[in-house]
Amino acid sequence: MEKIGVFICHCGSNIKATVDADAVIKEIRGITGVAFAAQYPYMCAKAGQSLIEAAIRDNSLDGIVVAACSPRMHEATFRKVAESAGLNPYMVEIANIREHCSWIHRDGGEATVKAVELTRAAIAKVRLNAPLFPEENSVVKRALVIGGGIAGIQAALDIAEAGFEVDLVETTPSIGGKMAQLDKTFPTLDCSACILTPKMVDCASHDKINILTYSQIEKIEGFVGNFTATIRKKARSVCMEKCTGCGDCWNKCPVKKIPDEFNTGLSNRTAIYIPFAQALPLVPAIDREHCIKFKTGKCGLCQTVCQPGAIDFELQDEFATEKYGAIVVATGFEVIELGKFGEFGYDNPDVITSMEFERITHGAGPTGGELVRLSDGRKPKSITFIQCVGSRDITERGKPYCSKICCMYTAKHSILIKDKYPDIDVNIFYIDMRTPGKAYDEFYRRSEEDFGVRYIKGQVGRVMDMGDHLAISGVDLLDNVKLELKTDMVILATAIQPATGIKPLASMLSASIDTNNFMTEAHAKLRPVESPTAGVFLAGAAQGPKDIPETVGQAGAAAAKVIGLLAKDILLSNPCTATVDINSCNGCSLCGLVCPYGAISYGPTKVDEFGYKTLERISHVNQALCLGCGACVVACPSGAMNLLGYTNLQLQAEVDALCLMNSDR
Amino acid sequence: MLNYEYQLEEILDISGVDIGRCMKCGRCSASCPSYDEMEHRPHQFITYLARGDVAALLESDALWQCLACFSCVQRCPRDVKPANLIEAVRLAAIRPKGAEFLTVEEVEAKFAPDMPQQLLVAAFRKYMR
Repeated sequence: MEKIGVFICHCGSNIKATVDADAVIKEIRGITGVAFAAQYPYMCAKAGQSLIEAAIRDNSLDGIVVAACSPRMHEATFRKVAESAGLNPYMVEIANIREHCSWIHRDGGEATVKAVELTRAAIAKVRLNAPLFPEENSVVKRALVIGGGIAGIQAALDIAEAGFEVDLVETTPSIGGKMAQLDKTFPTLDCSACILTPKMVDCASHDKINILTYSQIEKIEGFVGNFTATIRKKARSVCMEKCTGCGDCWNKCPVKKIPDEFNTGLSNRTAIYIPFAQALPLVPAIDREHCIKFKTGKCGLCQTVCQPGAIDFELQDEFATEKYGAIVVATGFEVIELGKFGEFGYDNPDVITSMEFERITHGAGPTGGELVRLSDGRKPKSITFIQCVGSRDITERGKPYCSKICCMYTAKHSILIKDKYPDIDVNIFYIDMRTPGKAYDEFYRRSEEDFGVRYIKGQVGRVMDMGDHLAISGVDLLDNVKLELKTDMVILATAIQPATGIKPLASMLSASIDTNNFMTEAHAKLRPVESPTAGVFLAGAAQGPKDIPETVGQAGAAAAKVIGLLAKDILLSNPCTATVDINSCNGCSLCGLVCPYGAISYGPTKVDEFGYKTLERISHVNQALCLGCGACVVACPSGAMNLLGYTNLQLQAEVDALCLMNSDR
Repeated sequence: MLNYEYQLEEILDISGVDIGRCMKCGRCSASCPSYDEMEHRPHQFITYLARGDVAALLESDALWQCLACFSCVQRCPRDVKPANLIEAVRLAAIRPKGAEFLTVEEVEAKFAPDMPQQLLVAAFRKYMR
């Protein structure tokens, strides 16, 4: 005979003002199995909790229903109370009579009837509850950071500082990412490389950090605390141990006309190359696509000149398999293609993206920091910036979101120009200037007030090539006049998007991405650095457009989450997971197809059907991966799937309880 | 005013434009070859309609100065389709006169002689049988 306790919370006046708690208690007392019923102004308060705990002990209750607020608020509280009273915490049910009842009804009579119904349904459910016990899983004390930009570098450093091993995986031959390409940083105008390279060196010299450049993730399996990743280390054709980084090879390489990715294609590099002077590790890689040796079998000049004999054309891709407890996704961003924006004339060399401008103004860039037109090498007299190119654009040409960093970097670019060349006329066409952030708006205002940059509220319709200059047809919306400007250089604040490769990576991780391919966070406000997949954390622009301070902050936050996870020896899994009735499952694979977490696999399982023993292909749920979403339960055509704590029978009992009540009336 | 409320509804209905999407960037006006001739500029068609000032648009010659080149439609980042909106305002101007179509006399009266041929052709294509 079950003994169920029912506890009605008033939530001050939140529930009591609408729901007649006395009437609810009176109705509830008559239900089979209810051995105890009580009410209290605040069940979640210490005294309320003690009331429940004493009632469980004194009446030897074997299940309780708390009729109070949403289970999102205090289910965990009341489960703890049950546990401390010696009751399995999963023998607790919450009837939500606040959000679902008192808050949405004005009529006290109706609300009271509904509160009785909801409580009765919860009682019907709790009668079918079974004690559940979480599984224990060990935690591999090692983290994987994917992406070697400033986000990945910061996350790796912070995790390593806490004493955990970190593998930092980067696809290009060097860590550093986009920040290494930037000239100065806003709002302080300090040199990007000067603040980044010490962090790169810290990473390389840290005994807990293992940097894997020129590598990519091939496969990720497992679950929080126990991921297994396969990493492809692309053949560098240069022995990392022997190479001294002297530069003889890339100085002698005869293939010199390969567009240099680091300089956004504005200059050329050799086939054996380091991306930039402060590259880390300072070991070149051979671009096999362009290398003559790999294309024709002849050449091999680099091997001849290499004193330490580090060049090895025979090297093959290697695969490393390693186990990790946590993963940080820090894959960053890239600039969108401008092929669809014909009106801005991007095919003209004097129309450039802001990223290209970063390289042009950079001392180690294609022009050696000299601000010149790429078409004729002339110093521009007038420069025009166009904001929001491809951003806030809901058509198929652009991206619907604000790229967030453009207003500030354009203000930065304008100051850099005006500071060096006060005679250059700088115009900025903007839609809205968005400069929230510490010392950000002051920085933007300085560009106009102190440096004389002209901000024009409006947009440009067309940029035309007039031979020795560019003609701009734009509009000033505040003066409501058309502006026909002559300019020498146009800089487009081009939208940014997540790095290519984020989609396959997200599916390997069973982590979700949004409609713009940015990684989705578990909660937009309260869990911003966690992905919905346990053990996978987010840092930097992979999660959304972000500037450097925000990226570093988020990377530190992600690292703190990783450290919190790796510090545990044992992880308790949520026992409310899917479970398979092996006698009903026919191995149709539907559950596996709908599972967002990759928790379901199939394999031969011994089935004993009325004494007839067979081996059948049966679905299997990995309890550690399953988050209990219930998608498989809905998909299963044979009713073999059940969600523990929310079994089909329990839900049916709730519905029955509600329907019977209604047919009585 | 009641009459204009109906016309505003009709204009939005005919054009199929969601003026709420406009973020006032001005790309339409910046792209407009008739900008200087128009008393009310393409982006203002949206702001005027947003505040319900249909009368100002109906009474203005700006209505008839759109070349229907659709640059604004092609370049609008918010998919607002200003040219479709102007077209709808034209229909709203014509319909109350009891005729769906322009007459040759009316066209001559409405347009300056130095206006481009293309505009006349476009107008005839739309308003003549």
